[in-house]
Amino acid sequence: MKHHALHLQKLLQSSAWFSRNGIFRSGLAWLMSICFLLGGPQLLPAADDEMIAEVQPKLVKIFGAGGLRNLYSYNTGFLISSEGHIATIWNHVLDQNTVTVILHDGRRYEGKVLGAEPGLDLAIVKIEETQLEHFEIGDPSSGSTFPLAAPGTRIVAFSNMFKVATGDEPVSVIQGVIAARTKLPTRRGAYESSFPGEVYVIDAITNNPGAGGGIVTTVDGRLLGMIGKEVKNADLNTWVNYAIPISHLQQAMTEIMTGNFRSSKNTDDEKKTAGRVPLFHSTDFGIVMLPNVVPRTPAYVDRILPGSAAEVAGLKPNDLILFVGDELVQSCGEFLDQIGRLESGGKVKLIVRRENVLITSELPIPRKSRPPAKPLR
Amino acid sequence: MPCAIRFDSCRSFLMVIALMSLAFPQLAIRAFANQIDDANTPLSKEAQDAGQPQTEQIPGIVKEAEQKRIQMIREVSPAVVAIFSSSGDGGGSGVLISPDGFALSNFHVTSGAGNFMKCGLNDGKLYDAVIVGIDPTGDVALIQLQGRNDFPFARMGNSDLLKPGDAVFAMGNPFLLATDFTPTITAGIVSGLHRYQYPAGTFLEYADCIQTDASINPGNSGGPLFNLQGELIGINGRGSFEKRGRVNSGAGYAISINQIRYFLGHLKSGRIVDHATLGATVRSGSSREVLVDQVVEGSSAWNAGLREGDEIVTFAGRPMGSVNQFKNVLGIFPKGWSLPMVYRRDGQKQEILVELAALHTDTELMEFASGGAARPSEKPGQPKPGQPKPDQPEPGDKPTPQEPPLEGHSEKPAEKLSPELKKLFQSKAGFTNYHFNQREQKRLISHLASLSGWRGATGLWKFAGDDAKGTSLSLILSPDGAGMQWGETPFLQPSAGANWIDEPPSSGGFLAAMLHWKWLLTEGPEAFSDVYYLGTQPLDGQLGDALSTPLYDALVLSKTGATMTVFFREDGVIAGFDFKASRDQPTCNVRFSSWGTLGGHPFPQVLKVSSSGRSFGEFTLKTFEQKSSTSSEATR
Repeated sequence: MKHHALHLQKLLQSSAWFSRNGIFRSGLAWLMSICFLLGGPQLLPAADDEMIAEVQPKLVKIFGAGGLRNLYSYNTGFLISSEGHIATIWNHVLDQNTVTVILHDGRRYEGKVLGAEPGLDLAIVKIEETQLEHFEIGDPSSGSTFPLAAPGTRIVAFSNMFKVATGDEPVSVIQGVIAARTKLPTRRGAYESSFPGEVYVIDAITNNPGAGGGIVTTVDGRLLGMIGKEVKNADLNTWVNYAIPISHLQQAMTEIMTGNFRSSKNTDDEKKTAGRVPLFHSTDFGIVMLPNVVPRTPAYVDRILPGSAAEVAGLKPNDLILFVGDELVQSCGEFLDQIGRLESGGKVKLIVRRENVLITSELPIPRKSRPPAKPLR
Repeated sequence: MPCAIRFDSCRSFLMVIALMSLAFPQLAIRAFANQIDDANTPLSKEAQDAGQPQTEQIPGIVKEAEQKRIQMIREVSPAVVAIFSSSGDGGGSGVLISPDGFALSNFHVTSGAGNFMKCGLNDGKLYDAVIVGIDPTGDVALIQLQGRNDFPFARMGNSDLLKPGDAVFAMGNPFLLATDFTPTITAGIVSGLHRYQYPAGTFLEYADCIQTDASINPGNSGGPLFNLQGELIGINGRGSFEKRGRVNSGAGYAISINQIRYFLGHLKSGRIVDHATLGATVRSGSSREVLVDQVVEGSSAWNAGLREGDEIVTFAGRPMGSVNQFKNVLGIFPKGWSLPMVYRRDGQKQEILVELAALHTDTELMEFASGGAARPSEKPGQPKPGQPKPDQPEPGDKPTPQEPPLEGHSEKPAEKLSPELKKLFQSKAGFTNYHFNQREQKRLISHLASLSGWRGATGLWKFAGDDAKGTSLSLILSPDGAGMQWGETPFLQPSAGANWIDEPPSSGGFLAAMLHWKWLLTEGPEAFSDVYYLGTQPLDGQLGDALSTPLYDALVLSKTGATMTVFFREDGVIAGFDFKASRDQPTCNVRFSSWGTLGGHPFPQVLKVSSSGRSFGEFTLKTFEQKSSTSSEATR
């Protein structure tokens, strides 16, 4: 058993996880289905309803931008001060000036993004209220730290996944176990997470639409982590359920709350590319875009360079680029961001709209080596 | 978008397993989590223990809990049903709730399986089963397994006692895995309660449902959700799936067993059971109060005084803090029930009783039911025997626009059914299976035997008595009509022309009601043109919690446009009846608070009469005279 365990953990951390070795994969699949059929997770007693009742008032529902197909418009958040500081996930839902924040008791507020650290997927939203129940984050410099939990630790996850709860309804609670503590292999480009540190990988399906910004606690209600984005492995088409340990977020939270944070500019494009050096530019494929002048410039092709891969693939000026691979791009910035994170070699699929017809084309990705990454924080 | 999850084809089984494995790599990792020896800062002793290779340190209390759980699962497993359509191309799950084979499932499971289905139990045997009743709105179906009188069955719990975090167990037949019919068991916790999940159109609405993280997958539909004590607390039927495909995504939904308790009598009636509307719409106010938006004039809520702008404070005893909470109440009661409501206007609270109106027309219900269910014994478009309303359009074979696609139902040839089985199904418009309605009618009509002394006594009846204040009263029921003198005031209701009026005024038609009561006693149910068993319901809005609400069997008898609904206590004693002269008129509620003997036969002695929630009078009948029938009998 130990052998398997180490093997699996290695798989998670290394490129072997994405092995195309068919035999290995089918064996793994079989193993997983057995685990699944044996009753899934949770062979231990259920969570304590008193603990749940104590934690619930510290969770909020956040409603913001989105609402288009496959793009949900809601997040979860949790209170980290009695004055209405709320930690949540930094994603498209916060792409508007204010968001709607609903407390556990149904009270509704306008929330403003106070600050964000895109490299940590963290944003702090502020509402104007006092005497709120909250988690104590504490100042790491004064010795207040959050210990890391070990794999095998039982957890309870709180989130408004699928927007099941509205108004004064409590958010969803699910249970699980920390399966591993590991880095998500962002460098492969397969995961869209920008968080570079170790995360808690969880055996329960915590990372659903709207669950980002929710929390993972111990069974006695101590805060462990913030539920991350919905992150998918493009090769295997699998979703990863993970939470970012609070210890990684603590300093940024405190700094943003106290106003000492050296904030990055929260523009649409910078938040996506922060902490990442783009490897490719659209001109590498022969695509020249309309000038990216406003935050939401649509991703229209201005012209196609002669003799380029884009010309061979049949792309034309005025095509509106909708998808890069399976990723919806809603603006020129998002398009450039997606192009920037492509990996050397292989092909990329583009879906464009031309006079109300969707056209799919495939372009080869040139070989290029990455410049050394900038260290994050 | 939450979806109903019926499993449609065995063929996709392998594919699903493969997909599932890809979707849950974390489960594989978890299986070895205990073995991963990581040099971490331990969070606690517990975490540290969990992080170490496991030795023999499992505390006794954990082992004990595990043994209890194993024992519980062993005890309830025999009641879990694996349902297969008789053609074998689909199925789902169910759970037995009585030794005579009644089992609950989802409507979206049985609608695809046809009127007869095959049910496997964990004894390895396959039983025939027949559809009994359906609730398309609530996605519930009742079936009956055949061949035994000693089926194992599940005890129903009280789903209102659940709390988030409680351990729950889903059991059933996901992916139609159970070729030996032993159920698959998945464990989880209560993730949320009183959830409202929007219907597809107006059907398959999950109101006040239980949310769980126990794996609910295609094929689990219709199967039981148990608590740690092995009590049935819900019927699994739905999940939030969105982009991860139609496998568990951590949010499954179960219809609460308390909702099903309210509907069970109706389901046993073999009818297509309907849900309700208030006859008023509501909206959220600025401080989250629930405000009345529009009230349909003439609806029960209107008659009881509810108007636009009123704030609903409580409904069926529950405080109202959101529109979802309002929908949660409305979604768990059958049409026709009366519920108490408290509203506030200008700072003043008012308590009223509102009778719930039908959510759908009969035609809508039948179209939906027949669009989803295969009817082996009839072809759509052919006239059906005994259809009471010839003006209604024939239930078509096309699905209604709102319904989610329920593909794959079988057109099973009827000749494979044994004659005994065939007898258990009878088709009739408005009914899922009229056979079961006839059975219940017979049961209730047999209770009328104690009143058979009145048979044939069709002459003039004269009662004398008084009301609660001592005012004298005389009541005459004759073949020509009914008359009443109450104090100084006379009231009259002629029989000729069956033109029933609200006489005495504001009684809802007490005199006409008593004439119908007399006909039932003297001529029996045969005197009525249409008789059916409605199901069970409480009287006059007397709701306790789901377990203690006293329910009465209701027999509906109609004659010349008027309807009387007679309520039987569990022991067969008649508790009273409702009379409605026509659809648009208020109801006259007559309650028998005590029975005595008049003219040598049992007769209700104290009659409490009310209409639209307002008491009209309480009459004690003391003497009785009878004059034998004359030629006027023929004029009725």
